[in-house]
Amino acid sequence: MDSISLIGAVSVITAGITMAIGSIGPALGEGRAIVSALSSIAQQPDAAPTITRTLFVGLAMIESMAIYCFVVSMILIFSNPFWNFVITKASGG
Amino acid sequence: MRISPDDVIFFEYGFAKLNLTIATTWALMLIMVVGSISITRKLSINTKITRWQNTLEIIVISLKKQIEEVGLYKAERYLGFLGTLFLFLFLSNLLTILPFYEPPTSSLSTTAALAICVFFAVPVFNIIEHGIVSYLKSYVKPIFIMLPFHIISEFSRTLALAVRLFGNMMSGVMILGILLTITPFVFPIVMTVFGLLVGSVQAYIFTILASVFIAAAAHESEKGIKHS
Repeated sequence: MDSISLIGAVSVITAGITMAIGSIGPALGEGRAIVSALSSIAQQPDAAPTITRTLFVGLAMIESMAIYCFVVSMILIFSNPFWNFVITKASGG
Repeated sequence: MRISPDDVIFFEYGFAKLNLTIATTWALMLIMVVGSISITRKLSINTKITRWQNTLEIIVISLKKQIEEVGLYKAERYLGFLGTLFLFLFLSNLLTILPFYEPPTSSLSTTAALAICVFFAVPVFNIIEHGIVSYLKSYVKPIFIMLPFHIISEFSRTLALAVRLFGNMMSGVMILGILLTITPFVFPIVMTVFGLLVGSVQAYIFTILASVFIAAAAHESEKGIKHS
């Protein structure tokens, strides 16, 4: 396999695997956060606004892990520096 | 497929480029400034107030309450910076409902600039409040070994702020673009609604995290000082 197809294939496969594995952890973590938020709202319903607000802040922090994985896969697919380098070398050289 | 509005360039002079991000940011600033000036031209303090003044009062009061709940007790000093941050982000994420609009926060330049503003705001606010010596001492609390960890955490949470907002907004725009080519009728509307929700929550998260960073450094440095 020459280097162009190797770089292309590895980039695409890595982008897929990054997104697949990287969204498992945040999903599990968010599930646990919502479980504890729901049980504490059930125990103390008048603290619900504070709990909801803290829940959303925590969910956003956890979500940002999945967002980092997404950004990496987008970079690999759409603005991949190795692919650009190899393409310019192939078309120029 | 375009990944950010930075690539649409209107005007170029040397290395300074006028791209869609900057043009959209200017348009947003114009809307906010003109709107605020026209609403606050005739403020009234009796019980009959106009609808727009009521709206602005609701926004300002709830922002002030949020900042106080985070732990910053004199919220008026921080309300300018944090309130502007929230209003700019909220407006720019809310207007994605307009067609042919790309939010400037979907480009890493805007979010990185805002995160760098927060990065400088934390020491500036703390030095104004508590003096430079107690701010520098907060880096070595609770023990001297924590100094490199504090420094690293400053940089890493600035980076996290920028990338979190950028990732959320860019993914919303990109998913919408992809869906419009696949299923053009109903599903993109659902995704637009979801994108609006995500955008509003991310604007709120950015502001709350900025105020938590300012409050955290302030609490570290006023451990020995009793505040009234």
